[in-house]
Amino acid sequence: MENTEVLQMRGICKYFPGVNALQNVDFTLRSGEIHALMGENGAGKSTLIKVLTGVYVKDGGTILIRKNTSDEAMPDFEEAHIRSPQDAQNSGISTVYQEIALCPNLSVAENMFIGRSGAFTNWADMNKKTGEILKQLDIPATPRQQLGSCSIAVQQMVAIARAVDMKCRVLILDEPTSSLDEQEVEKLFKLMRDLKKKNVGIIFVTHFLDQVYEVCDRITVLRDGTLVGEYVIEDLPRVKLVSKMLGKDLDDVADIKGDSDVGPVDKTQTPVLEAHKLVSNAGIKPFDFNIYSGEVNGFTGLLGSGRSECVRAIFGADKVLGGTVNVKGKHVRIKKPIDAMKNGIGYLPEDRKLDGIVADLSVRDNIILALQVMKGFFRPFSKAKAEAMAQEYIALLDIKTASSDTPIGQLSGGNQQKVILARWLLTNPDFLILDEPTRGIDIGTKIEIQKLALKLASEGKSVTFISSEIDEMLRTCSRLIVMRDRKVVGELTGDDLTRNKVMATIAGGEET
Amino acid sequence: MTPANSLKKKNSIVSQFVALTQKQLFIPVAALLCLIIFNLIADPSFFAIKLGHNSDGQPILSGYLITILDYGSELAILAIGMTLVTAASGGQDISVGAAIAIAGSVILKVLCGDNSRPDHMQAPIIVAFLVACVVAMLFGAFNGSLVAFFKIQPMVATLILFTAGRSIAAWINNNELPIIAEPEFSYFGTFIPGIPIPTPVFIAVACMIVIFLVLKFTNLGLYSQAVGINPNSSRLNGINPAVVKLITYVILGLCVAVVGLIKVSRISTINYSVIAKDIEMDAILAVALGGNSLGGGKFNMPASIMGAYIIQFLTTTLYKFNVLSSALPAYKAVVVIILVILSAPVVRERLASFKKSRSAKNSVKEVA
Repeated sequence: MENTEVLQMRGICKYFPGVNALQNVDFTLRSGEIHALMGENGAGKSTLIKVLTGVYVKDGGTILIRKNTSDEAMPDFEEAHIRSPQDAQNSGISTVYQEIALCPNLSVAENMFIGRSGAFTNWADMNKKTGEILKQLDIPATPRQQLGSCSIAVQQMVAIARAVDMKCRVLILDEPTSSLDEQEVEKLFKLMRDLKKKNVGIIFVTHFLDQVYEVCDRITVLRDGTLVGEYVIEDLPRVKLVSKMLGKDLDDVADIKGDSDVGPVDKTQTPVLEAHKLVSNAGIKPFDFNIYSGEVNGFTGLLGSGRSECVRAIFGADKVLGGTVNVKGKHVRIKKPIDAMKNGIGYLPEDRKLDGIVADLSVRDNIILALQVMKGFFRPFSKAKAEAMAQEYIALLDIKTASSDTPIGQLSGGNQQKVILARWLLTNPDFLILDEPTRGIDIGTKIEIQKLALKLASEGKSVTFISSEIDEMLRTCSRLIVMRDRKVVGELTGDDLTRNKVMATIAGGEET
Repeated sequence: MTPANSLKKKNSIVSQFVALTQKQLFIPVAALLCLIIFNLIADPSFFAIKLGHNSDGQPILSGYLITILDYGSELAILAIGMTLVTAASGGQDISVGAAIAIAGSVILKVLCGDNSRPDHMQAPIIVAFLVACVVAMLFGAFNGSLVAFFKIQPMVATLILFTAGRSIAAWINNNELPIIAEPEFSYFGTFIPGIPIPTPVFIAVACMIVIFLVLKFTNLGLYSQAVGINPNSSRLNGINPAVVKLITYVILGLCVAVVGLIKVSRISTINYSVIAKDIEMDAILAVALGGNSLGGGKFNMPASIMGAYIIQFLTTTLYKFNVLSSALPAYKAVVVIILVILSAPVVRERLASFKKSRSAKNSVKEVA
């Protein structure tokens, strides 16, 4: 029978200290469907997946899984008590994560059977079975081939084949396409459609809207840990989906004219920075970019649309493969961050923990780091000078820290972010890139940082601002560059800077 | 004084003591105190220093403490380089013993030329030393580039030179054992006439002053720690992590050359298979004993140097009690296990939580 429900999650709740990660979320999966789970960062997608796969234990609600009987007439469900990934697997739930969790130095067959064969392995039998599965699913690999020698897409498929072979009825694909090129994505979709015909229920988590509309049957949208709704794909055009994800109705037209006191930008002058056909190795399409003195502009788009990759290319953080960059009309070559810094560019990175803070070093060392590097290896600041600069910015940005000697890792997220901001303000850049400067920090600090961006612009500096929150972008930016699927798809200024217009451009495809 | 007051005072002493155990220098200082107390009880003559004369009639100081200062100096010089390598690359160079053999061999080769038993040195000692510095720094750069550019784990990368080093050292002198007859050459490893303190002590002090000045007047400390803690962030702040790692290995090469000079000077010849044997382990232990994380990041240079002298203190103590040299490593291992466990973050956290529960208990008591 087609489309019987295989999985019901009812009233799922999950709390973390201080956060309700999931509140009363329902989710239903039918056999033979591809079901997209959508939502912005922090919406609760990954928490829901982790509850389902036993990585987290739920704090409330029930998970019902269809009994594995051939008697289709009786839709009887039993409650699944999932407390560990092993429980989930035994209940027929398999997951393929974004990062492939297989062993690249083992053969394809070994990867398919690893951890399943007990103490003894019948190698011939294992290779034979693997061969059959690969053929059945039309995966271009041989059992004895080393997994690492396959392309990422094929490795992804082997991971899926492994999951499917373990008699799963629910397959979770968590961002499987983020590291694949277009042809590889096509191959993966073909495999997903084949599995669909075999009555497997697939949960598909992705940030790519085009892909959702290409393969999915249904969409469940989460926002801020709550269920927004479940929709059949035909009933939910892209623009509606984006507005559901962002929590802003299209008709909800509010005042978007920012409270900024930034004057109009003089576009007759030479841009502070002008990039032409810039492209890096991070998988973005070549893009053009410019910014003028006193301007705040921004990159907008959904997560994974290539916003960060663009600014990283400008700063030389990723390997630049082509394009030209002019700073104040002069041609420059920015191959690594220090080149950008010497041209008066500062970059506050998106991932504060991974790319921003140097956790064990003191607040003082973290503040002076960039300026110190620019000054040179053989010219360290005296301790007194470093302390004076650190104290000045601790006071200026109201950084809450026990002392300037405290390791930055012990500060709260918002204060860490202020330290990184102080680091770049100290270098007195002409052009400051702020990549998600307000993510995960409290509302008060958020507004301080937004005001700071506008203040810098009113002083004649240029700021590029990236944020997942459209409101924040509209409040701060006078020009928005819109990205979708790693490509610049539009630029909005003036009267076009409305929520509706931005969301429609982000969604692309049809217009309402 | 009321009983309550004395109780309070006792508790504050306890909590102060526990707080003291959290300091990085606590482990090395405590280890040193233990060793001193043990020797005081077992045989106070351990601390005796005698002023005597050597066969040439020159005044020299002798005694176990002098031995510790003498041989500990070699370790301290190595610990300086090893600390930097550990901080920046999050791993250790295990080839220093083999590299010392190479450096020593190069010095003898330059001094002896083609004749392995020359009547006079064929070149000034300073030239021989500078050549050895260049060679040792090149080998350091080799290790460093494997680690920095090819991203090979430090222990694996330096395993190559660890294995090949002593053969290379022997090959440099065609497997002969050159002997320098002139006494001036032995000054670096023994005594300068008229000065009763072993020369290696002065060399070590000079090295310490140099590294102190380097850390003060360059950003070596900041860069190597930043790279060791977060290479991504360092790169985005304009540092080239690979170059910083490479530099630390080259600096360790320089330390190796200095120790090579001391080693061959002590005996005016070389034994390729024995010279500086297992010294890399002692150098790494010195860094660990100083309370520095072997996983890289923050470091404390004085603590490492102190660690080096403590290791030598331990070795000398064991020799004093006639432990067979073949059994020495086993005894050392026991002590090292204790020290390393005590300085492990897990144990330190336990101690910290012990302190917390203790102070919590005290406050309850006071309320009662």
